[in-house]
Amino acid sequence: MTLEICQKYAPNKDNLIQILHDVQDAHPQHYISPEAVDVIAEYLGVPANHIYGVLTFYTMYSTSPRGKNIIRLCESPPCYIKGSDNILRKLKVLLGVQTGGTSKDGLFTLELCACLGVCGNAPVMMINEDVYGDLTEEKVEEIIERIRGMK
Amino acid sequence: MAKIVNVFIDGHHLEVPDTMTIIEAADKHGIHIPRLCYHPDLPPTANCGVCVVEVSGNPTPKRACCTPVAEGMKIVTNSKKLRSYRKTLVEMILSNHDVVCPTCAANNKCELQTLSNNLGVDPDALPCILDKKEVDFTSPSIIRDVNKCIACGRCITVCNEVQTVYALTFSERGIDAHVDTAFANGMANSPCVNCGQCTVYCPTGALREKSEIDAVWEAILDPDKHVVVQEAPAIRVSLGEEFGMPLGSITAKKMYAALRKIGFDAIMDTNFTADLTIMEEGTECVTKLKAGEKRPLITSCSPGWIKFMETYYPDLADCVSTAKSPMSMFGVLAKTYYAQERGIDPAKIVSVAVMPCTAKKFEARRPEMRDSGFQDVDYVLTTREFLRMIKEAGIDFAKIQDEDADEGMSFYTGAGTIFGATGGVMEAAIRSAYTLVTGQELDNVDIQAVRGLEGVKEATVNVPGFGDLRVAVAHGLSNARKVMDRVREGLKTTGESPWHFIEIMACPGGCVGGGGQPYGNDIASRARRGLALYEEDRSLPVRKSHHNPEVVRIYERFLGSPNSELAHKLLHTHYFKRSVYTGQVTGEATHKHH
Ligand code: SF4
Ligand code: SF4
Ligand code: SF4
Ligand code: FES
Repeated sequence: MTLEICQKYAPNKDNLIQILHDVQDAHPQHYISPEAVDVIAEYLGVPANHIYGVLTFYTMYSTSPRGKNIIRLCESPPCYIKGSDNILRKLKVLLGVQTGGTSKDGLFTLELCACLGVCGNAPVMMINEDVYGDLTEEKVEEIIERIRGMK
Repeated sequence: MAKIVNVFIDGHHLEVPDTMTIIEAADKHGIHIPRLCYHPDLPPTANCGVCVVEVSGNPTPKRACCTPVAEGMKIVTNSKKLRSYRKTLVEMILSNHDVVCPTCAANNKCELQTLSNNLGVDPDALPCILDKKEVDFTSPSIIRDVNKCIACGRCITVCNEVQTVYALTFSERGIDAHVDTAFANGMANSPCVNCGQCTVYCPTGALREKSEIDAVWEAILDPDKHVVVQEAPAIRVSLGEEFGMPLGSITAKKMYAALRKIGFDAIMDTNFTADLTIMEEGTECVTKLKAGEKRPLITSCSPGWIKFMETYYPDLADCVSTAKSPMSMFGVLAKTYYAQERGIDPAKIVSVAVMPCTAKKFEARRPEMRDSGFQDVDYVLTTREFLRMIKEAGIDFAKIQDEDADEGMSFYTGAGTIFGATGGVMEAAIRSAYTLVTGQELDNVDIQAVRGLEGVKEATVNVPGFGDLRVAVAHGLSNARKVMDRVREGLKTTGESPWHFIEIMACPGGCVGGGGQPYGNDIASRARRGLALYEEDRSLPVRKSHHNPEVVRIYERFLGSPNSELAHKLLHTHYFKRSVYTGQVTGEATHKHH
């Protein structure tokens, strides 16, 4: 599977970032496994340690399994001033996890991230590709419940 | 072409080529700019900021290690501002460092310790923020303690650029950035070949050998054990400097005396089995040459090189000599031939090897190295560990009286001793292979073309009855890669290797530059130690392995002839394929010859 994704791109190390994105997205647990790195390394002719260096440098990649939905709450100052720490506390309670953790049902992973570029709607979070702004504790609860309902 | 420019460092007028950095120019003229991550043998990583200097026309200080000189540049290396910068930097490093100098392996050799001392740093200036991480003990050769790491990046440069092994990398970023193996799997589960070059260049105690000193003392102090010791060629020229003797002093006889004083029961010498290796490998080479073999023969003494080959060139494993290394040959013979000759129960023999090498610890534990029916070599001490034992035993090495080794597996020729320098195995092999092919003696035994520190050396030797013997010598694994790529290419395109016979050593400079050598093992001291081995070679009465009387004797009394069945059983080995990601065995590359 990893190999098929790789083969969409030329075996050129410039394509590493894109391949890593695709491999992570294609994985049901949204992460890049050691086995996948081994395959990518071989395909691109880039040593595995270099790929690991890239993987851990960027916060958008994960080297451990994650939930079905990735929540990324902005921790930059504008969101902080508008109360993102309360949102974080609420999310932790709702999901029963600490930052970086995955909920028991495997549905959510809670992460922090840098500015998402929509400070006008602070506090802001993303769940997968969707942005949610002007968050309040009630609104967050609603969103989480809705996704839980969808399964 | 480099232009000569005028620069002024602290008011001194210097004329230097414009290809130099400020730190190089200063070093060349004896002006020492404080530094931490920079090492003259390596390209600058510019990670620490300690080397800051004020440069005319620049509002902020510049890093001397990565700033090139320019015409008319005025440089100040010491000012109030710079002193305070440097102090703060070092204080920040110490606040995130496991400061345990008295018991640290790097104590007295540590560049961080020396710098802190020189700068008069206050160790308590900043509160400790160290979040202690697990130490990596997975490797049989090397311990990696990230709590003593200053993130200078030298080990990464050495591992990736000098050795092209690709075991280490920076992981994460900012304050969390640290050195690691891929997926934090640990050194033993990475492509690390145990060469130890990272331990040589690490400025602190973050990378060091896994010590076997305690186990060796234990054996020595056990009256039921018969402890046999062997020492690699490079050891005899690497001990004196620690005791105030000039770098490259030849101290074989002091070394024997110290070993006896420490309490080893039988003091032998790896140089003897170096000579034996020449007989085995030389015979293998001559058989190949006579058969018109198109694939080359490549030396097999360097365990870092062997693991590298198994990982990156398993398709060429059949080209690598099946001969075990001199250390492993010695190990198996100590528990067979020696035990038999002396009437000692091999189960009581503890075999210790003093090696300039960390990879030998890995080699000794390879499952193949048990042909005596026991683990052939029980413990491997690096030169650094041996030095610590000499000190612990209270020996004043510079003053100790010369003594001889015990008779038997200790006699060696000049050919055996030059094994410790790059090109030495090749030179020793040519001295004997010539005779094996022609039945005549080579008159001029000094084969200059394969000596010296050039990365890849080539030579052609005319052997009557055979023709031109083309040889190559590579040291440092990035150079090995160059040679192996050409061999692979040659075999693929023309079906022929560019060379008949190739010597490869994992460490730059050969064993004198090994990963277990004393701290301060830079290129210049490797060169000096190498020359000392050639000096010893010239001074020895016998300079060709096939004239070693003890080698002749062991064939007469025990092995039969070179490459005999018994020789194959005890002195030869086979190779595996390994994963480039985990370094683990994935299958056989060659089979053991029966
Ligand atoms: S690495 Fe250096 S500073 Fe750190 S404990 Fe060891 S000797 Fe001391
Ligand atoms: S021992 Fe050699 S191969 Fe292993 S990490 Fe150090 S430099 Fe790299
Ligand atoms: S382990 Fe040593 S060489 Fe490597 S970055 Fe840390 S201090 Fe530098
Ligand atoms: S010595 Fe120049 S930045 Fe470290």
